[in-house]
Amino acid sequence: MSTPAANTPPHRAGVRGGDPGPVDSSATVIEDSTCTFCGCVCDDIDITVKDNHITEAKRACVLGKAWFFNHHADDRPSCLIEGRPATVAEGVERAARILTDAKYPIIYGLSDTTSEAQRVAVGIGDTIGGTVDTTTSVCHGPSGMAFQGVGEVTCTLGEVANRGDLIIFWGGNPAESHPRHFTKYSLMPKGMFVPNGRKDRTAVGVDVRKTKTAKAMDLFFQIKPRSDFEALWTLRALAKGIEVDAQQVKNDTGIELARWQDLMDRMKAAKFGVILFGMGLTMTRGKHLNSEALLSLARDMNAFTRFVVKPMRGHGNVTGADNVVTWQTGYPFGVNMSRGYPRFNPGEYTSSDTLARGEADAALLVACDPMANFSQPARERLQAIPYIALDPKDTPTTRAATVAFTTATYGINVPGTVYRMDDVPIVLRPAFPSSHPSDFDVLSAIQRRVTELKK
Amino acid sequence: MSSGFLKIAGGTVYDPAHGVNGERRDIWIREGKIVDPPSDPEVRPERTVDAADLVVMPGGVDMHCHIAGPKVNSARKMRPEQKRKAEKVMRTPSTRSGTMGSVPSTFATGYKYAGMGYTTAFDAAIPPLAARHVHEEFEDTPCIDKGFFVLMGNNHFVMQSIQRNEPERLRSFIAWLLGAAKGFTPKIVNPGGVEIWKQLPSGNVHGLDENVAHFGVTPRQIVEQVAHAVDSLRLPHSVHIHANNLGMPGNWRTTLETMKTLGDSRGHLSHIQFHSYGGGEADENTFNSKAAELVEYVDAHPNLTVDVGQVLFGETTTMTADGPLGYYLSNAFKSKWFSSDTEMESGCGIAPIEYKNTSLVHSLQWAIGLEWYLLAKDPWRVVMSTDHPNGGSFLAYPQIIQLLMDRTYREEMLKDVHPAVLERSRLGDLTREYSLYEICIITRSGPARILGLKNKGHLGPGADADITIYTPNDDKTKMFELPRMVIKSGVVIVEQGEIREPLTGKLLYVAPEYDASIETDISEWFEKYYSIRFRNYPVSLDYLHDPEEVSCA
Repeated sequence: MSTPAANTPPHRAGVRGGDPGPVDSSATVIEDSTCTFCGCVCDDIDITVKDNHITEAKRACVLGKAWFFNHHADDRPSCLIEGRPATVAEGVERAARILTDAKYPIIYGLSDTTSEAQRVAVGIGDTIGGTVDTTTSVCHGPSGMAFQGVGEVTCTLGEVANRGDLIIFWGGNPAESHPRHFTKYSLMPKGMFVPNGRKDRTAVGVDVRKTKTAKAMDLFFQIKPRSDFEALWTLRALAKGIEVDAQQVKNDTGIELARWQDLMDRMKAAKFGVILFGMGLTMTRGKHLNSEALLSLARDMNAFTRFVVKPMRGHGNVTGADNVVTWQTGYPFGVNMSRGYPRFNPGEYTSSDTLARGEADAALLVACDPMANFSQPARERLQAIPYIALDPKDTPTTRAATVAFTTATYGINVPGTVYRMDDVPIVLRPAFPSSHPSDFDVLSAIQRRVTELKK
Repeated sequence: MSSGFLKIAGGTVYDPAHGVNGERRDIWIREGKIVDPPSDPEVRPERTVDAADLVVMPGGVDMHCHIAGPKVNSARKMRPEQKRKAEKVMRTPSTRSGTMGSVPSTFATGYKYAGMGYTTAFDAAIPPLAARHVHEEFEDTPCIDKGFFVLMGNNHFVMQSIQRNEPERLRSFIAWLLGAAKGFTPKIVNPGGVEIWKQLPSGNVHGLDENVAHFGVTPRQIVEQVAHAVDSLRLPHSVHIHANNLGMPGNWRTTLETMKTLGDSRGHLSHIQFHSYGGGEADENTFNSKAAELVEYVDAHPNLTVDVGQVLFGETTTMTADGPLGYYLSNAFKSKWFSSDTEMESGCGIAPIEYKNTSLVHSLQWAIGLEWYLLAKDPWRVVMSTDHPNGGSFLAYPQIIQLLMDRTYREEMLKDVHPAVLERSRLGDLTREYSLYEICIITRSGPARILGLKNKGHLGPGADADITIYTPNDDKTKMFELPRMVIKSGVVIVEQGEIREPLTGKLLYVAPEYDASIETDISEWFEKYYSIRFRNYPVSLDYLHDPEEVSCA
């Protein structure tokens, strides 16, 4: 009898990419390669490779260049068990034992790897009755919850480029976090209905501080910290012509009502309004209620004109993680399968919580670094339990792992699929091979072994 | 020595494609195909399935459903409240867990189709920009063969080619786009209307001759030209049409005009129930059935086929590439709303709804669907669908079968719906009861033929060995919701509702020929307006799981 794991032949990962182009022993140029550093997933990078080293990355931004140029084939062993070099097979065996011996194993990370690898990781979670969570739970998880509450009116980034004439950036700093977003998608492009590019657009920033993004705006609203919710509801009221108390609005948001009214007038006058929002909204007081207010505002605006909203996703394939976890389980993150079927409950099944409460007793961490960025109780718990880490780089998380796999880097060494922040799937064209296995390879091997052990 | 044969012995066989109507027959299978019995009487089958007193049919074919891709996945994300209380899909040693509700997870979708005796399903509305996503989900949708229709009714290149009156260019583009997405046939959804939705607040078109601003074409031209191109490419299936004005009172005139616009071209009108309404413009008080008028036209025009889009009472999730429709429904039901516009290609709207038998409109929708089945003279051109999950779940097919085969059951249900249904539709007068032979046609043989799948929907030599074996039962819901055995590609995948061997299933696609020089033209336009690179757009063959090309005749 075949197992679910056996339905996905491992060799497929090796053939899934685009054509890497003609091979030249001196220098190879791979055109239209994809940068997976951030959620923009720019797929127009021409990279030059010489002796397994990237020497040029045409059109890449400062972050993308760092991503490509700082990539060196890591000469660490592909597997370390308790800090000592081991074979991948030994690592897989130990990993499978840890996961099948555990009572409350968690799988976490997943936003910087291919969808092909994500699919296998969720499969492991299913087989072992584990809890699957992604980095979404610590970035746009609240937006996902708001989505469940009210829906979302959105579009692909090409629609923003071709139609958007009023662009609002709320609680984010794309000038530094997504450097090509302005030029490629949201502000500069000369689109079908905005032929003069930037001149045809009004750019508005709303944030608690004047970042580099604020300088690129036509209007900037420096609101009081922790007042996003009040600001958004002020706009919702103004959209519907409901009278609001000017003094209270000023006190709450730090902005004169007249300025909010002016913004609302512009929003109604726009032909195609766009709100792009970041973690300044989702990870501050109000969290999913902030996101819900913003999604609702965008929805409301469609009574007057066309308006869309879009979260600015950070990691290269965090959107893929949301998609994969959803299509396999029905829920986007924070999914527990210990009862033999998926259940969703953020706060209960999200990894920072299962660790901090001391519930998780083993972990499989893929392309993430909770040892560097989780709370102290969560880190202490991780330190105390056996866990497996997969990462191309040496990190605080890999250093404390029971089993650490050094894996090939997606997009640079590994083909596959990633999902841009607007859910558009994009193919990877790797530059050169790695001596390390891919996440997909390691996870597939673990999946086969845990399936055997669970029989 | 192993003969490699599987024999289904002595079943009561229904194979309408060969005129076989409930005859006792043996079926021989080898290497995934139905074959002639071995000429050497000494050859013994490796396995014999005793089908005595059981009903044997080809595997079911769902030619219009929404089961994969960005729209379906967004709907999954949006409906957690349905899943917690829904049936649980538990993992087993050979199967994956999942969630149900109106939008099941991928593995659950595959198991549930197979468990119900369906072995092939086509997703009806995929923006080609998201084709990779669909192929990924399909690989995680086990047991069934799959394919999808490619959204083109609001595609900018399509409209531009029509405006320029360049049918050659249009035809080449359609062929290129199908090949790039690895899709099956062009789908037209609210032609022109979705583009206007992107341009204007509450924008839409309301008739076939309205101008689509910026592109200078009409919905009528889009229907006519794409249908023509599809026929000249000799695609196995016709153009697949979701006409303008879906769900609006009085829309039957638009539907009839759409049919007339097709002229001699082949055309499939999907979820026709939603397009068969009489009444004043947007006036629900005058809402009534015009099924009979449309049936008459379809009966007289063999180039036309339809699937019904039956409505069932209860909660579900509407999902459509018809962006303005999604907005309309979310306002009408005061529900949460998802909308996503895909650059250059399409829109998308999702809204949860509940069909109530106390509502006149919903009751009429239910009745109009049944009228279509019961009035149509030629079952080969009327296909069972719920437009899953728009009218209801695909899991309602057994209930629909009972409604069609069992007049008493139907009349009982009619008593519970809004009483005005009797005045505003003819359902109360219809006494027809479907036979098993006719059910076999509208659930497998007909859709397979309409799709141009020569290896599906029949049990003759050369057919894919996709076979469903049912235990006869007067309660047709029971009979059809729990087949005794389901065989897919010659492998027993389900026995009495339990998954035995979860095969991945094939991906069915077309690869029509086109003049390659069009690619220069397309790439120039593409690089100007798309947000991804032209080279990264087409899905290569090695990306697909188990691909099978369906040839253009």
